[in-house]
Amino acid sequence: MKNNILEIKNLKVFPNLNSKLKLVKNISLSLKKGKTTCIVGESGSGKSLTALSVMQLLSSQLSMSGSIFFEGINLLNLSNEEVRRRRGKDIAMIFQEPMTSLNPVLTIGYQIQEAISVHNNLNKVELNSHVLDLLKTVGIPADRVNSYPDELSGGQRQRVMIAMAISCSPKLLIADEPTTALDVTVQAQILNLLNDLKLKFEMTMLFITHDFGVVEDIADDVAVMFQGEIVEQGSVVKVLKNPQHPYTRALLDCVPDAHGRKDLKPIDYVALKELMG
Amino acid sequence: MEILLEAKNLSKNYVKTTGFFTRTQTVIKALDNISVSIKKGITLAVVGESGSGKSTLAKSLIRLIDIDNGSITFRNKNMRTINGDTLKSTRKNIQMIFQDPYASLNPRMKILKIMEEPLKIHKLGDGAAQYSKILSMIKRVGLVEGDLLKYPHQFSGGQRQRIGIARALILEPELVICDEPVSALDVSVQAQIIKLLKSLQKEYGLTYLFITHDLRIVRHIANEVIVMKDGKLIEQGKTDIIFNNPKTNYTKELLASIPGNLSKRK
Repeated sequence: MKNNILEIKNLKVFPNLNSKLKLVKNISLSLKKGKTTCIVGESGSGKSLTALSVMQLLSSQLSMSGSIFFEGINLLNLSNEEVRRRRGKDIAMIFQEPMTSLNPVLTIGYQIQEAISVHNNLNKVELNSHVLDLLKTVGIPADRVNSYPDELSGGQRQRVMIAMAISCSPKLLIADEPTTALDVTVQAQILNLLNDLKLKFEMTMLFITHDFGVVEDIADDVAVMFQGEIVEQGSVVKVLKNPQHPYTRALLDCVPDAHGRKDLKPIDYVALKELMG
Repeated sequence: MEILLEAKNLSKNYVKTTGFFTRTQTVIKALDNISVSIKKGITLAVVGESGSGKSTLAKSLIRLIDIDNGSITFRNKNMRTINGDTLKSTRKNIQMIFQDPYASLNPRMKILKIMEEPLKIHKLGDGAAQYSKILSMIKRVGLVEGDLLKYPHQFSGGQRQRIGIARALILEPELVICDEPVSALDVSVQAQIIKLLKSLQKEYGLTYLFITHDLRIVRHIANEVIVMKDGKLIEQGKTDIIFNNPKTNYTKELLASIPGNLSKRK
């Protein structure tokens, strides 16, 4: 398909020492260009491993097989050097916990320009103006450029991470639970920012979350993961309004709604197993 | 309805010193003249963004931190002046469940020891009575007898939060302060814990002071809500009224921030 920017085919992730234990079991997923695809699932469902596989940032204890086509090129056949050239430039990533992803002893300005200078040949003046542009884009006042991460709030730190991620205008942005550590008002701001940036830079987003409310806000397509498998995928309207798989229905029942009309139903794994056969 | 705890005009300031040579001091008002009353048997939710003073409020109510001004009365006892044995016996009646189940259980203690500690401190019953009490409580929160001999790291986040709940309830308190008990958990576990808290409330007639920033949970669990911002009380009232008819712009903004409400945001 021409308008798929990323195609994951039969991806499996397993520990080096125990190749029978599949942490990600044979998943296939296509991302349409310019759309946001959400992977939803509980902790341990393999959603982060899938994202890390695309970035090829898996722990050295883990191996993967299958193929990941990015713009028609299989990333798994590339050399480390070729992967490194794409990582950060074509595909960028935002992590869950901004404080652990930022270096506490370097200013945010330095950390943002570091990402740019790896992939571009710019002089100091150009770099500086680019950094200031980025800060403006993500909504951080320009005088904060010499601040250290601990001087910023959680939301601002996540904005810095976003500035670093978009600094090389990536075609694909992977966001691994970028708002889970933030409170609701800040979460709403960050989701709006990501939506705006997606439109402005015509990015494709792969967004990982466990919150269906967030999915509703940001996604075009959804893939639901359970125990290493994608149990259901489709457009956000289809999956949320008319879930087919029993696990998707059970997971939706866990999400509190803002109207308080429905009762919360924790997942009954025994009943679920029977339903799934 | 009987009022369990009443706090009037609470104030607490933190002084922040910046600069190395030029010591400039700025005063942060963590609590700014706040009055709250908690009725027996209900769930009162305190909502607000980080830094709004919700945790400071909770901690000051059980005297984990001292306030600068105001009065706190729990069951006709002045919480600010009691000490010694009276303070100890009052604290038995107010227990707390913490946000981070990884940090609030001692990693070197087996679950049995963690559960025993409060009973020993308050000298309740002999060994056999304590054990049977612990056993019935741990079963009530959905764990099994064998779990008593395990260490906290052997449990998942949701199970640890169940242990935290069991530890808080073993002393049969009247008021339980829940400081973001589900924010660190993922949705399916969150639903389990909320269901457990609700059924425990029914069974033991508990009163909850429930601190959270997630309004969807408030809607499910709370009878009354307090909205806080920058140490000030912005709005308070019955949950339905606040949700359907918010009076202040800040509450409206909070409601619009609920995930799944993108269309309502500007």
